[in-house]
Amino acid sequence: MSLVHLQNVSKRYNGTSVPVHALRDVDLAIGEQDFVALMGPSGAGKSTLLTILGAMSPPTSGTVTVDQLDVYRLSAERLADFRREYLGFVFQHLYLVPYLTALENVMLPLAAARMPDAEQRERAAAALERVGLADKHARLPRDLSGGEQQRVAIARAVVNDAPLLLADEPTGCLDSGTGAEVMKLFLRLREEGQTIFMVTHDAAIAAHADRIVHLRDGRLED
Amino acid sequence: MQLRNIAWAGLKRRKARFGFMLAALVLGVGTVVALVSLTRAMREEVSDELDRFGANIVVTPKSRALDLAYGGVAVGGVTVDAQELHVEDAGRIRTIPNKRNVSAVAPKLIGTAQVERHPVLLIGVDFRQERGIKSWWHIDGRMAQGDEETMIGAEAARLLGKRTGDVLAVGDRSLRVAGVIGATGAIDDQAVLADLHVVQEALGKPGAVSVIEVSALCRGCPIEDIVSQIATVLPHARVAPIRQAVAARERAVGQFTRFAYAVSGIVLLVGALVVLTTMMAAVTERTREIGVLRAVGFRQTQVARVLLMESAVVTATGGFMGWVIGTAAARYAGPALGQLAAPIPIEPHMAVLAIALAAVIGLSGTVYPALRAARLDPSESLRHL
Repeated sequence: MSLVHLQNVSKRYNGTSVPVHALRDVDLAIGEQDFVALMGPSGAGKSTLLTILGAMSPPTSGTVTVDQLDVYRLSAERLADFRREYLGFVFQHLYLVPYLTALENVMLPLAAARMPDAEQRERAAAALERVGLADKHARLPRDLSGGEQQRVAIARAVVNDAPLLLADEPTGCLDSGTGAEVMKLFLRLREEGQTIFMVTHDAAIAAHADRIVHLRDGRLED
Repeated sequence: MQLRNIAWAGLKRRKARFGFMLAALVLGVGTVVALVSLTRAMREEVSDELDRFGANIVVTPKSRALDLAYGGVAVGGVTVDAQELHVEDAGRIRTIPNKRNVSAVAPKLIGTAQVERHPVLLIGVDFRQERGIKSWWHIDGRMAQGDEETMIGAEAARLLGKRTGDVLAVGDRSLRVAGVIGATGAIDDQAVLADLHVVQEALGKPGAVSVIEVSALCRGCPIEDIVSQIATVLPHARVAPIRQAVAARERAVGQFTRFAYAVSGIVLLVGALVVLTTMMAAVTERTREIGVLRAVGFRQTQVARVLLMESAVVTATGGFMGWVIGTAAARYAGPALGQLAAPIPIEPHMAVLAIALAAVIGLSGTVYPALRAARLDPSESLRHL
């Protein structure tokens, strides 16, 4: 049974004089607890696919189903709820909120859920502990190393126990040693039951995944 | 962590930007509070001042053949065969229903006489009442008192060669010059003023009065009512309001009000534009941050609430500080700028109005950027550089 199912998903951008087809008839199924890596050259449409999968940008045509829910039939506000309940994001550039501490950054998805403060703190502290940063919860992002910031971003992505973790080049800004640590963390999360969909252009990083799919000129290749 | 914590953290992070917005609000609200306080006080004072500014009702005999200009207004006739009013008529004016609104009743007998071999305008007055309607006089010396003193106009003093303290012979009496009235540009400049009884005696008209000037403090009561009441108690007299004085007062007060509203409007408009541009810049600066919030599950309404909370804190603070600074400016600069004698009162209810005003400005400048930011696609926001 697939957790995620993309069916005939196409995306066309009309911003320029000539329409750009970023994705063409993409079909993809991701099962529960799968660790899937998406590879492809620059401009292949990897990020576009990730944003569509992340309920952040609707496809021009096709359907995206997560847990049997037709995602883009939801209203804008319900889409926000969907992201909070089903998805965890790890962005390439992390996007930690600079004026919030590590703990507060991790608490963000829980704050959106209007969870009581004490419970938010407890769960965020547990998530930081999972990524090995329990002792640095009070630090601002600028006081953390690149690898530590990446782990805060991962803690934020998993704090709400969302079934699907989406990662966009999670090791793109890290040295190889730190990148390997992040992959170890992903594998551990997968063992704990997390479904992971990761975009990368690094074959060595992609090799950690159970399955690798390739995207070229907006089409998935076997 | 609640939305208010995020808003508060955002405020602390952008102290300079929100400080600028706060300064704009304080300046805008403070200016409006100062102007409104100052204008209200000025309106009160101008109104009082104009009420005191000479007579606004003139009582003259009904039958007369000629008009004589006095003090720039038409007063009763002084022809030989004209009827005169009587000094008791002045007392009757004090019996009208609106007697509390009558601040001065100044009877006068006007005639010409030879004073120390010079023909002069001789005016008999009640000095105590005259003081009430001639508050603008600049007197070298002091106001005369009783029937042994006199006052002379600047031109008459020059003609007669008299100064304060000199003695002037009027009729059979020798009167001490208590004061010389500074040039007014009016008929007073050529006049010799003496006690009403002295002039009546000198002109051979015991008990006679040519004209009675009445000053009525009629703020809040129609002057026509007072005119009508005087006409009832003095059926043999003609009672006329000096409409120019009333109209001038209304015009002056209206001008102050319009000026204050115009300046307040401009200041508020500028303040609102500053808030709008500041919020637009603040929202643009944090587009990516808003994208993060949306990506992790914040609803559009939650994002908008965070931005509006930040704005609410700044506007409430700006409103209160604007009230404090505006009130202080009006109190301490008012006497110098507005030439006000009375202190400007501290009005706590205006603080509420000031905060409400700041909130209207702040929120009107925030709602559009906040909604625009909240409605952005998270993916668009995250791509923002």
